[in-house]
Amino acid sequence: MTSQRATGGQTGRAAQTGPTGRSSLTGPTGQSDQAGQSGQAGQTSQAGQANQAGATGPPGPAPDAAQAALAAACADLRRAGPADAIASVLPSWVAAPATIAEAAATMRAAAGLGLTVVPRGTGSRLAWGLPPRSCDLVIDTGRLDQVLEHASGDWIARLQAGVRMDRLAEVLGRAGQQLSLDVPVPAGGAAGTVGGVLATGMAGPRRLRYGTPRDLVIGITVVRADGQLARSGGKVVKNVAGYDLGKLFAGSFGTLGLIVEATFRLHPRPAATAYVTLECGSTGEAADAVGAAVESQLQASAVEIDRPGLGAPVRVSVLLEGNPAGVPERVTGMRELLGGGAAAAGQPPAWWGRGAAAAGDGTLIRIAFWSGGLRDVLDGLDAVAAAAGVDPAIGGSPGAGVLYAAVDSLTEAEAVARFVAMLRADVERAPGAGYPPARGSVVVLNASPPVRAAVDVWGPVPGAALMRSVKDQFDPGHRMAPGRFAGGI
Amino acid sequence: MIDTLVPAMTEVCGADYVITDPAELRTYECDGLTSHRSVPGLVVLPETAEQVAGVVRACAAAAVPFVARGSGTGLSGGALAPVDGVLIVTSRMRKILEIDPHSRRAVVEPGVTNLAVSKAAEPFGYFYAPDPSSQVICSIGGNVAENSGGAHCLKHGFTVNHVTGLEVVTPTGEIVWLGDGTGAAPGYDLLGAFTGSEGTMGIVTKIIVRLTRIPAAVTTLLAGFGTTGEGGAAVSAIIAAGIVPAAIEMMDALSIEAAEAAVHCNYPAGAGAVLIVELDGPAADVEAETAAVRALCEKAGATEIRAAADPAERAVIWAGRKSAFAAVGRIAAAYIVQDGVVPRTALQDVLDRIAALSAEAGIRVANVFHAGDGNLHPLVLLDEDTDPEAAEELSGAILDLCIEHGGSITGEHGVGVDKSRYMPRMFSPEDLDTMQMVRCAFDPRGLCNPGKIYPTPRLCGERPGIKREPHPLVASGQADLL
Repeated sequence: MTSQRATGGQTGRAAQTGPTGRSSLTGPTGQSDQAGQSGQAGQTSQAGQANQAGATGPPGPAPDAAQAALAAACADLRRAGPADAIASVLPSWVAAPATIAEAAATMRAAAGLGLTVVPRGTGSRLAWGLPPRSCDLVIDTGRLDQVLEHASGDWIARLQAGVRMDRLAEVLGRAGQQLSLDVPVPAGGAAGTVGGVLATGMAGPRRLRYGTPRDLVIGITVVRADGQLARSGGKVVKNVAGYDLGKLFAGSFGTLGLIVEATFRLHPRPAATAYVTLECGSTGEAADAVGAAVESQLQASAVEIDRPGLGAPVRVSVLLEGNPAGVPERVTGMRELLGGGAAAAGQPPAWWGRGAAAAGDGTLIRIAFWSGGLRDVLDGLDAVAAAAGVDPAIGGSPGAGVLYAAVDSLTEAEAVARFVAMLRADVERAPGAGYPPARGSVVVLNASPPVRAAVDVWGPVPGAALMRSVKDQFDPGHRMAPGRFAGGI
Repeated sequence: MIDTLVPAMTEVCGADYVITDPAELRTYECDGLTSHRSVPGLVVLPETAEQVAGVVRACAAAAVPFVARGSGTGLSGGALAPVDGVLIVTSRMRKILEIDPHSRRAVVEPGVTNLAVSKAAEPFGYFYAPDPSSQVICSIGGNVAENSGGAHCLKHGFTVNHVTGLEVVTPTGEIVWLGDGTGAAPGYDLLGAFTGSEGTMGIVTKIIVRLTRIPAAVTTLLAGFGTTGEGGAAVSAIIAAGIVPAAIEMMDALSIEAAEAAVHCNYPAGAGAVLIVELDGPAADVEAETAAVRALCEKAGATEIRAAADPAERAVIWAGRKSAFAAVGRIAAAYIVQDGVVPRTALQDVLDRIAALSAEAGIRVANVFHAGDGNLHPLVLLDEDTDPEAAEELSGAILDLCIEHGGSITGEHGVGVDKSRYMPRMFSPEDLDTMQMVRCAFDPRGLCNPGKIYPTPRLCGERPGIKREPHPLVASGQADLL
């Protein structure tokens, strides 16, 4: 409890923004949540106060009693400080459970007190999506950092949620293996945790070959919103017994529960890797190069694109991995395929993977599309950027149908909003005979508060009604990262 | 009672596609697992998503349970409909709507067979990677329901890794898209949760699948060993070398004997085990890996190694493996097939324990398995005088072995009605309850393929996390939450 004393001076503020208790104890708050779809940061504390306004007693539980209940559940509990803010939302407490039992006890205590909860890994992507409408308690998984099992002969690893990706790479690397998620580290940020990568569904360039976290997770243990531990899958790669909650929690942004443990399938580290890089004069030329690379039999593991700004050269780089006896021949084949200017190297170009890691304090936009439409997407992007008056940097994994556009922080929020709206309309117009209605999406992953206030961050989400039903089942009190996710969830 | 639905169904599907004749209904009484049977109350064969939605809405209005069925090749009784239920057969929905080679996608209807997708993609240089043994006849809709695997999923993954969009009719009769074909749609991955849910969350009416480039080179090796132990050592060595074959299959002496009797596959005479290892990819990589696998097999004690270099030779090698299930009919009156999974490193221990259990019970067990991913298909053989209950008990004991070693009761066949009783051995009541929260979100009334997977259905009215009783802090006077 020393940490509590150290920050004890903030008690007054905590009481102000504190527990929203009552409404979540008396029933689901579903309807009112949907109004929060526009979800601007400034509404958060208002929502909290609105909940309390109808109450007859004092606003929220007495902070001391609530704190005592949380401290009884989790030994490492402290008052939140300014560094714990999620966008402009200030939590009251940070709990760092050291065991899964402690994590469950903390979640049970939070449920009993009706506290809103946001799970946090290293916090590197905590600002992504929308800020939560309210956050009383941050559960930091940093102390859940055990590599529980690495069965190298089975190509699997069972990990606690707080294991950091860089440390994991080191541990697995010793056995010549890898978790094939080359998630880029954000500029100036820390490598994420296993739980954070799973919760954000992030993947890097090699998603082309290995997919995203949902493709590699084979087992998961979560603490439900009510504090109950639950598990699905297991530690064998091939397993269809029961529903796959790992898929459901992958990319759920902390809105369904707390991920405490996950098991992944691993791959052997390729013995040889090479990069073939080409500088193109136009986006059309680049689209042709990307198409040629992914449609060839040379088995590209990743195909990345980079253009720092309008008018700048467009660069395409292809990763080839495999047997040392085979890679050189494929490098030659790929250079021939891409044309004379293509150069081979053993190391990635400096911009490799920057797409998702770009932006800093600017706006980061993810564009998903059917990869065959790349040329149209790039042309459309340039046209709407010019029309909206923005100059985005473009990067990403076009062969896998994912691009990132980064707009710097100096660009006016209105211009960014125009850009996002026009780009979304353009991507959704992609041809496709009506099934599904839109063959792509534009999501604003990270943005400054003014930009967030001006744009529809998540855009239209197919199946949103079913997603709300799932949320209502798992978190009927809407206490888990409320409002952070698509559709106001 | 169910007869009252006939006029509504006829209006939706047309009189020719509503089956009420008892003899015809009986042809739908089981799927590939013939030991479980149930004659459906009514069978309908819709042709469009709108018709499926109409059928489901009529069922929902009358609170009648309904079950989807593709080709009926499932091996867990997942497509059985109750006598008071409607079976919705998708075999008329077999259009391939689109092949987009540049996006590497195909859009198909659920009744399209697995192999038909690969055939349609072949002219463009692509194939559909998941390849269950029944791929000639099994439907893509069924593959989605079961998250089907196949011999090549060791390298290429399962159905769930190759489906990027689904149009589904929800249990309330709405047509909804899950995913948009990109593999990166915003929102919860309901597509991933739906795939493998064994028809309990709705009925698929369109499927967007990822297509895979046909590899430049494929080599298939057949290696004979004295024992499964030696074969298993070869598997471990291949994995330890960091090689990811497209497939590694093993058969033991009894299954070799059966295959030989059925298809004369000419496997190495007297072998105690054969291993089939298939490598695919760029030519030079495959060549180098083939040499490495050969060397590792020899080192592990292979008595003979053959290589197939062309499709015809490859077909000969695979013939024995693919006929194995049917072939045991030559050496036994009946059989029970299991689908347990163990960590690859536990294979030998589990095989030894199965042999001991088999000897103890006096019941023969033939082993055919996907050695690369530890997926066992033990065939418990019943002779004329075998006590079926003893065979069933042996079969259950094998699943217990799998659970004990940290494995699973099913790797690709699904739980269905067949294995739901084993689910509580693998998962806690809370785990099962949590899984069913997803089901409640999709099907709160429990009308969509009821009675499958979970031994105890969850009552969807229960709300977790809402404590009706006063909070302990309030009760003890420590805090006033109001």
